[in-house]
Amino acid sequence: MTMTKHKLFFAWQFEEEEQWLEEMAQQGLALDGVGFCTYRFRKSAPGEYRTRLELLAHSPGHPESQDYIRFVEDTGAELVGSWFRWVYFRKKRDDGDFQLYSDLPARLRQLDRILSLLAVIGGINLLCALADLLQGLLPGLLNLAVAGLALWGGGRLWRRRGQLRRDQELYE
Amino acid sequence: MHSGSGALTEGVYYILLSLTAPLHGYGIMQRTEQLSGGRVRLAAGTLYGALNTMAERGWIAALAGDQDSRKKEYVLTPAGREILEGELQRLEELVENGRRILGGTGA
Repeated sequence: MTMTKHKLFFAWQFEEEEQWLEEMAQQGLALDGVGFCTYRFRKSAPGEYRTRLELLAHSPGHPESQDYIRFVEDTGAELVGSWFRWVYFRKKRDDGDFQLYSDLPARLRQLDRILSLLAVIGGINLLCALADLLQGLLPGLLNLAVAGLALWGGGRLWRRRGQLRRDQELYE
Repeated sequence: MHSGSGALTEGVYYILLSLTAPLHGYGIMQRTEQLSGGRVRLAAGTLYGALNTMAERGWIAALAGDQDSRKKEYVLTPAGREILEGELQRLEELVENGRRILGGTGA
C-alpha cells in the first residue's frame, strides 16, 4: 500500500524534514519516493526504517554523486529517491545506527552547501525584483518576497553555523 | 585537516588503524566501532570524505579489486603508517603529562 503526501519544507528546514520523516516511519510509513513537495510512503512495520537526507554538491546523476551514493548504499542503506540535489536514504533500524555525518567539519560543510544555495536563489530573485520594480512591474514583488525569505532562512542557518563553529574550538 | 603535523581526528586515527589489512567502507565502520568498544561510530558521509582525502594524501591506497565486486577496498600505505606512528607518539606525550600532573590514576 502506498500513500502520497504533499508538504513544503524550506531548504533550511532539513532537520525538521528529517524529524517529520522519522515520525512517519514510527507510524509505519516508510519513505519510498520523493519529488517537489511530494513524499511517497509505503506501509512498513512501525520504526522499521530510519531516513536521512542530504544536499549533494552535484546533481545525483553526476559521477561523483554516483560514487558517493554507491558508497552509502554499500554501508547498508538504500537510496529512496532524489529531488534536485537533495538525496534521501533509508536504512533498516535493525541494521545499526544510521548517520550521514558524524563530525563537525562535515556538518558545517552541509550547512555551507545549503547556505550557498540560498545565496544563489536570494541573489537571482533580488536582481529580478530590482529589474521588474524599476520598470514598475509588480511581479517583481514576488521576487522580492522570495529573496527576503531566502535571506531570512539563510540567517537562521548562519546562526546555527556560528554555534557549531564555537563547538569546534573545543571539540573535534 | 591541514597538511602540517597537527592532531588527527579520532575518526581518522581509527580509520588508519583499521586499514592495516584491506577493508571496504562498511568494514572500516565495523572495525572502528569494534576497536573503540562501540564508542566511535563513523557516519557514511564522514567516512567517504575522509577516505578520499587520505587517498589523495597517499596515506591509504585504493585496491583495484576484482571486476565483480563494486566495493572499493582500501589499505594503509607506508606513508600512512608513518603518520599513525607520529600520532601515537603525540598521544603518548599527552597521556604521560596527564598522568604525571594529575597523579596517574592509571599507573
